[in-house]
Amino acid sequence: MLQLYEAQLRSRLLLGSARYPSPAILTEAIRSSGAEVVTVSLRRESAGERAGQGFWSIVQSLVRDLGVRVLPNTAGCHSAKEAITTAHMGREVFGTSWVKLEVIGEDDTLQPDVFGLLEAARVLAAEGFEVFPYTTEDLIVAERLLEAGCRVLMPWGSPIGSGRGLNNLFGLKALRARYPEVPMVVDAGIGVPSHAAQALELGFDAVLINTAVSQARDPVGMAAAFAQAVAAGRAAHRAGPMEPRELATPSTPLVGKAFLS
Amino acid sequence: MRILVNGDSREVRAADLSAALEELGYAGAVIATAVNGEFVAANERQAAQLAEGDELEVLAPMQGG
Repeated sequence: MLQLYEAQLRSRLLLGSARYPSPAILTEAIRSSGAEVVTVSLRRESAGERAGQGFWSIVQSLVRDLGVRVLPNTAGCHSAKEAITTAHMGREVFGTSWVKLEVIGEDDTLQPDVFGLLEAARVLAAEGFEVFPYTTEDLIVAERLLEAGCRVLMPWGSPIGSGRGLNNLFGLKALRARYPEVPMVVDAGIGVPSHAAQALELGFDAVLINTAVSQARDPVGMAAAFAQAVAAGRAAHRAGPMEPRELATPSTPLVGKAFLS
Repeated sequence: MRILVNGDSREVRAADLSAALEELGYAGAVIATAVNGEFVAANERQAAQLAEGDELEVLAPMQGG
């Protein structure tokens, strides 16, 4: 079981809810992924269109019918203050103290502003939020986030929506090794199921996927593929992968080989 | 008075946030509010007095990653 704060989860795949072709496909993709945690957000509501009210009824049915937990994000926030205010608004609307804390530092890479992130994490954790910080693989930032009260870390694989997979394997392995007991979810940049399997093989506890599923030609099929990859990666981690070697080693024993030349 | 609602200039007669939201057409909606960048909880809206030029943000659930 995966433990994220008080929640015990069977699925190690967390899914984003953005950019699906339709609400029906979103719902089917969540069902087919087996995800028990789905990220959501807040945006300006027009009194005329009331688009958010439509999405709210979808969220309610996801919670009721599929039993998912929602993880509100602070996407698009560029300062600690903005992220803190958004977190408060999300807590009220979605009725959860969970927050996927994003403070974006730069628009081309959507790289986390780790200084703003830490500042916001300190405030929110002290206020009782259960913070899921979207961070880099930096060890010292991780240490500070844990000191601030975060009990889950969400290091990026590569820039959000880039689909480039695990960009800094060395850094991610170092982070995993440094804090073996802290639940870690690789968030952002995962493009195909093999990237997700790799994250789990390395010992990361879970992955958070959005674009790779929602923008696939068949999001429901891709959600199922990710579920299998995550399960395979986890099983491989538990089974203990072999160490890579520089030179070949015969897999068939040489002892007893016939002498034929 | 004129206030900014989600970035658009709007005229409202209501003096407090709760009444202003009703006047603006948000009655019954699942929303969260902030005035001048500060979160205003649902149970504080009635006590929150608005002033000329205030910047009101009205947010609702949306898809997110």
